[in-house]
Amino acid sequence: MSVWKYANPAKFMSLSGRVLPVLTVLSGAFLLVGLVWGFFFTPDDYKQGSTVKIIFLHVPSAFLAINIWIMMLVTSLIWFIRRHHVSALAAKAAAPIGITMTLIALFTGAIWGKPMWGTYWAWDPRLTSFMILFVFYLGYMALWTAIEDRDTAADLTSILCMVGSVFALLSRYAVNFWNQGLHQGASLSVDAETHVDNAFYLPLLVCIAGFVLLFVSLVLLRTRTEIRLRRLSALQVRGSAT
Amino acid sequence: MTPDLGKYADAVLSAYGISVLLLAGLIWLSLTQSARARKKLAEEEKRHRKNG
Repeated sequence: MSVWKYANPAKFMSLSGRVLPVLTVLSGAFLLVGLVWGFFFTPDDYKQGSTVKIIFLHVPSAFLAINIWIMMLVTSLIWFIRRHHVSALAAKAAAPIGITMTLIALFTGAIWGKPMWGTYWAWDPRLTSFMILFVFYLGYMALWTAIEDRDTAADLTSILCMVGSVFALLSRYAVNFWNQGLHQGASLSVDAETHVDNAFYLPLLVCIAGFVLLFVSLVLLRTRTEIRLRRLSALQVRGSAT
Repeated sequence: MTPDLGKYADAVLSAYGISVLLLAGLIWLSLTQSARARKKLAEEEKRHRKNG
């Protein structure tokens, strides 16, 4: 059995149709448990006060904003190398989710920054690379809508995705590359000495799982929509030719 | 019901409010686009079957 058989739209529709309801229920459950746990049942931080509750939104959305772009890079490379339409459509389907996650990360970070740093925004390496990532998401989505021929659009957006990957990686490692700026290091780490306190760590993990499941559910739903639209335009072309 | 958020209540509640709004908007948009595409495709397939 090969994973490439799911590059066939019919096989993809069949499998995704079966797993989507399960993933949707799971994502709803994880998000509900994680956010209720984080908001209602975690203590205030001794330095940050109640603003620490913002990490349950900020960290998962920032984590996804970067990793969705990496997922788009992988699917774009698959399109480039193997010319599987489903992978190009999956990258296109993921972009609106990625830009929403980037916006949530930027907004929640700014709202948290005002009481903690005294400013909504600073030209800090991580914040700046995140802002550039946001612009790349906008450009990526605009490019898909600007080009009529779908294969050409997939080719050009794939190239844009490869270029933007530099900023996705910079967003992740900016704090390590430049030891300056306001943004602190990672909140999540396998090393118990460096990650956030356990009172926040466990609900944070549940929230991240909920966000990831929500992303997978939405990207499957949106890819299914793109496949249907592609089939629709193929039928319309065939109809107008006869 | 709401925990005591102290002097940062506005910041915490606005962060949750904006995030929930953005997520709800994304889910709503994804569902409506999906329903519209499904309906249009069903109509087109029906038309094609009728025309042979």
